[in-house]
Amino acid sequence: MSVLVYVPIKDGKATKAGLEAASYANAISGGSSTAVVAGSLDGDGGIGSVGVSNVLAYADSLADNSQIAKLVDAAAEKSGASTVVFSGNLEGGAVAPRVAIRLNAGFVSGVTGVPEGGNYPRNVFSGKAKASVSVSTEKTVVSVTPNAFGVKEVGGSASVEAFATEVGEAKLVVGEFTPSSADGSVPLPEAERVVSAGRGLKGPENWGIVEDLAKALNASTACSRPVGDMGWRPHHEHVGQTGVTIRPDLYIACGISGAIQHLAGVNQSKVIVVINTDPEAPFFKAADYGIVGDVFEVLPKLTEAIKSLS
Amino acid sequence: MALHHYLCIPNRRNTKYTFVPMKMLVCISKSPDTTSRIAFTDGDTSFDESGVQFIVNPYDEWYALVRAIELVEAGGGSVTTITVGDASCDPIIRKALAIGANDAVRINAEPTDSTQVARLIADYASDKGYDIILCGKETINHNSAAVGAMIAECLDMPYVPFATSLNADGGTYNLTCETAGGENKVTVNSSFVLSAAKGMSEQRIPNMRGIMSARTKPLQVVDDSGVSAATKVEKFALPPAKGDCVLVDADHPAELVRLLREEAKII
Repeated sequence: MSVLVYVPIKDGKATKAGLEAASYANAISGGSSTAVVAGSLDGDGGIGSVGVSNVLAYADSLADNSQIAKLVDAAAEKSGASTVVFSGNLEGGAVAPRVAIRLNAGFVSGVTGVPEGGNYPRNVFSGKAKASVSVSTEKTVVSVTPNAFGVKEVGGSASVEAFATEVGEAKLVVGEFTPSSADGSVPLPEAERVVSAGRGLKGPENWGIVEDLAKALNASTACSRPVGDMGWRPHHEHVGQTGVTIRPDLYIACGISGAIQHLAGVNQSKVIVVINTDPEAPFFKAADYGIVGDVFEVLPKLTEAIKSLS
Repeated sequence: MALHHYLCIPNRRNTKYTFVPMKMLVCISKSPDTTSRIAFTDGDTSFDESGVQFIVNPYDEWYALVRAIELVEAGGGSVTTITVGDASCDPIIRKALAIGANDAVRINAEPTDSTQVARLIADYASDKGYDIILCGKETINHNSAAVGAMIAECLDMPYVPFATSLNADGGTYNLTCETAGGENKVTVNSSFVLSAAKGMSEQRIPNMRGIMSARTKPLQVVDDSGVSAATKVEKFALPPAKGDCVLVDADHPAELVRLLREEAKII
């Protein structure tokens, strides 16, 4: 199967989300995948390391999703791809559906693994159920849920070929960027470790112990919906059914009871740790490990224990 | 209501903004209530709707619809909702009208994927001259986050994904949108499609006047223009049940660290 993958690049290198999508493309292609990138690339940008053999490099970086869609469309035609892969992160997720329309392809959003019996696995009902999806069109476009497949390094390098095509005018002007955290920590949907806290913290002034634990673990911080709504923490940290859906390797929930809407956003985490004073908190039923105790006492001790590891 | 709620609606006397009436289309989807029990029927090929309460998909309602209504309240214009579905969608459409939409369109089809929904909406909207087409960022049942981008591609319009704020200044639209690791400012000078995320507006509870007037607001039913789906769910499954939670003594968090390292091998 001939597979094309769109790989976003930053500072000349493929992003982690891009490498994950490329790993997926390599896995379903049986080793004959092509990548397309926009912007200046440092060598092969690391794309060959996950098994992609050829990179089509468009010289300029593109910010408008309609232009990226036209680029990927042209690259799909050139490479003869029947399947086009994107990362299901914020950028890829905005372009992939456009490409599906352009190619008259069936679109499967947020796949979580390689197809089984021709059907793509994905999560539905905000993580409360799974679905196997078949595609009836000649071509297929898929986006890969961040952190679901992982970056699979196989070693190697890719040949880079300059690729020019008509992408049209940018119709939207992308201006100033405001990072959500001053330290530039990884976006929540891509984070491998997340420390999250809820109303049990009693007020925004108490977040220091949460941040200390996150720092010791090299984790991102998140919060429950009430905490976001009360303005204790920024909205983008809200994980749950109506906030961000995450699937880190480790999720530590501090002072969060675990309402069904919160669980929907986090229950794909590989390991869940719950710290709560209430032994009846529903979150313990979804947890792998739990501590029944006061977060104000447990968190500092936990942070110390983690620091003493290294 | 929170102070920032007022601040995000530019005041009419504020010279910074020039209001022009806008014609807006808000895509509304029916989804099961967030607390619904998820179960499947017909050999795990369809969602078991028995006993399920349906709501307007929260992203469509709280963010896309409410912000569209706020802008019309400030500068004039109209908000039309559009839904692809059968007559079982009518109650949630009336809810959207009660919140403040002016009128509603329902495309009478039973869609099975986002491509079908997007093409049907694009077919309808293509000759109506909407200034902004708004969607929620995703539905809470299908989670594809695809319809907005697809409509934009069908109609060759710009698409602003995951918008967290929207203001209009004459024919210029200023937005912020979620992007990897933060927010971008985005400016658009033509009609466009957006998907709305948290931050756009706050949930509104319909008042009695709204509920009464919703009964008589126009709900136009349009025939399916004959678009077929490109994908199909062959089988649904519930995730495997989680094993028992291992409890660790609150006085010895170091034991938790040991388990995470040696048993879960995660740190």
